[in-house]
Amino acid sequence: MAACARLTRALLVPGATLGGPRLPGLRWLSGSVGPGQAVYDVVVAGGGMVGTAMACALGHNVHFRDKKILLLEAGPNKVLGKLPATYSNRVSSITPGSATLLSSFGAWDHICNMRYKPFRRMQVWDACSEALIIFDKDDLDDMGYIVENDVIMSALAKQLDAVRDQVEVVYKSKVISYTWPGPFLDAETSPWVQITLANGRQLQTKLLIGADGHNSGVRRASGIQNVCWPYDQSAVVATLHLSEPTDNNVAWQRFLPSGPIALLPLSDTLSSLVWSTSHEHAAELVSMEEENFLDAINSAFWSDASHTDFIDSAGSVLQYAFTLLQPTNSSARQLPPSVAKVDPKSRTLFPLGMGHAVEYVRPRVALIGDAAHRVHPLAGQGVNMGFGDISSLVRHLSRAAFNGKDLGSLSHLTEYETERQRHNVSLIAATDLLKRLYSTTLSPLVLLRTWGLQTTNAVSPLKEQIMAFASK
Amino acid sequence: MQGGCGLRVVGTRGWGLAGVRSAGRGVGPPRATAAEGKQTNRTQQMTPWLFSDKGIMCLKSNNIIFAYSDKMKSYRYVGMRLYSTSKTVDPKEMKTFKALAYKWWDEQGAYAPLHSMNDLRVPFIRDNLLKTVTNHQLESPLSGMKILDVGCGGGLLCEPLGRLGALVTGIDPLNENIKTAQQHKSFDPVLDKRIQYNACSLEDIVEETVETFDAVVASEVVEHVNDLETFIQCCCQVLKPGGSLFITTINKTQLSYALGIIFAEQIAGIVPKGTHTWEKFVSPEELESLLEPNGFLVQTITGMLYNPFSGYWRWTENTSLNYAAHAIKSSAPVETEEHHTKTPGIDGQEASQK
Repeated sequence: MAACARLTRALLVPGATLGGPRLPGLRWLSGSVGPGQAVYDVVVAGGGMVGTAMACALGHNVHFRDKKILLLEAGPNKVLGKLPATYSNRVSSITPGSATLLSSFGAWDHICNMRYKPFRRMQVWDACSEALIIFDKDDLDDMGYIVENDVIMSALAKQLDAVRDQVEVVYKSKVISYTWPGPFLDAETSPWVQITLANGRQLQTKLLIGADGHNSGVRRASGIQNVCWPYDQSAVVATLHLSEPTDNNVAWQRFLPSGPIALLPLSDTLSSLVWSTSHEHAAELVSMEEENFLDAINSAFWSDASHTDFIDSAGSVLQYAFTLLQPTNSSARQLPPSVAKVDPKSRTLFPLGMGHAVEYVRPRVALIGDAAHRVHPLAGQGVNMGFGDISSLVRHLSRAAFNGKDLGSLSHLTEYETERQRHNVSLIAATDLLKRLYSTTLSPLVLLRTWGLQTTNAVSPLKEQIMAFASK
Repeated sequence: MQGGCGLRVVGTRGWGLAGVRSAGRGVGPPRATAAEGKQTNRTQQMTPWLFSDKGIMCLKSNNIIFAYSDKMKSYRYVGMRLYSTSKTVDPKEMKTFKALAYKWWDEQGAYAPLHSMNDLRVPFIRDNLLKTVTNHQLESPLSGMKILDVGCGGGLLCEPLGRLGALVTGIDPLNENIKTAQQHKSFDPVLDKRIQYNACSLEDIVEETVETFDAVVASEVVEHVNDLETFIQCCCQVLKPGGSLFITTINKTQLSYALGIIFAEQIAGIVPKGTHTWEKFVSPEELESLLEPNGFLVQTITGMLYNPFSGYWRWTENTSLNYAAHAIKSSAPVETEEHHTKTPGIDGQEASQK
């Protein structure tokens, strides 16, 4: 069946997803090749965080200095002139691995010069029991960073501008179709991917990188299957003011039966909320009075209403046993800060879903970021998986370039796919499992996860493994 | 084969070596299953000129897998005639040409082992050439170097070298190979400028290209050359002093005899008898003994091993099957004791049996 699908390669897709007004908003940065004849080495579709970072990483790579790279972005060129005083409500948790990628092409310095908040500790606990797990680093290393998406984008835009001779950007572009060469190549047809834009411009590329989000048009046009389902949850985000200033270097997350609630540090007095809950509850949270909203958040973090005596005693027995075995090991439970105020207009919600592309690559096409995988935000891995895709793909592509290979060749693209699917599939599966495991109040499962969490917390090597894997 | 003219080096990259890997995701035509292949083998052994309509047959020899379609097989003879006589193309031949062109550049098709051999031979050529220069740019390490690819076939090795910045001349006696190569590079504006193809033999261009090239590559070619010594002398003539000669080929060992001749031709009967002349395989010692007196200093000889299951090559100490050699033309001219008057060329019998 898959083989049949693979033979159908000349596919057209209506460019609905890559929308944007039909405006001649082209920005030609290197106009040496006229329309119609342009053959690019790499075209990146989608100028979000992952797509722009991909274009930056290629543009700054020595092996790509003589290559032609194009970034297609549906939206306009948003220039974030001065950093706004208020924090944005859309933030990302950036792992040290992602920070390494961003610094490899100079974007991390810009982020450091704007604003970001490192955190050294992560406390995750259950609403139905006393069980908790604390991740922290002994040596003052940062566990991760909370950065506003706008800040990341602005840093990437600066670094993209630094390589404008190599990377051409077309804003407000709308793709009408992607066409692959037919399965029976003959000598007369071009072997490249053909891209037709709404303004009539025709492009050809040796490699098309789909970074166009979870509704990826590239994925659909290439006929790659996507396994996906929506979650029965929406995420409510907001910028919160703490009751009193603290060091605020802990990322908090509590699993409520309705979904996880997370409080991520933005500054000494500000934190960002990501609360995944049922669609109805989410809508209610967004529309309720500010005071009620704050009460709801505080009680979500503090309330013991979901506790049962049975689980509590079962949990404390195990905890007691661990304390006897390793008296010094346990990190002290900390209490989350209480929130006093919510930034006006920062409250909003978006639906959650899970998705994974069965394949990340086809001849002359590779998917990265949300186009390849979409996860629940509970592990804070979404954009980090995308950045991980980039560092893997760039590594394989630069080796291919140094070996003189055709960049669209499946042989090195499959290496990328294997490497990333191995990592991403386990993360997605673990995230999905956690989401399900914590969505229930059923006693046996609560007991299981209570003991599981306590054990994981007590066994340091296991915890370190998890940390190492999640911070890639 | 007509004419028997000159140093006809038919790129084996063109003709024998091919591989069948799992179709995978490749854009590929439906292929005959292994069972079908086996069934047709019988017929083939009895009447080697008859071929099944099922398309591909899988032939395994020498650690390299052979595959070709009935079209290619019948075309082979056409091609042999074409290169020396006809320049015009009739529609029927054009059709087979298209099938051929498709074969050359299908990375997972018939020539998969040659595509994946690039993972070894391109870095081998690149790194050995970079030893001779003091500094290079990472984006085009071979920038400005002139390389001659003898028996270039469809241009499988010319293109990667061109992408690394080299100015490549690819020659092959088969017109059709050159047409395929020409067509394929024309889609890439950068390669189109860096590579030129020529349907000719090495000896045809020796006079006009004396001491022209920084490197000569003869990959999977020398085992089909009739007079290897003259071939090597020609290579030497077109090289600049200090230039590099790169050769990859098959060793002449009991193992290559067992796998290539006994197994593939006699036991399995999947290759018509006489396809390979084991006697023409070249051992590294023999190669070295031909290189050294003819003005070359052998730098490296190293084994290559193909894994038909993974479809990848890897370097190995063991040179008993495939191997690669790098030799440098010594700067001081070497007196050649004797000049061969015999015209070297691919052996007519072998060519027609192939």
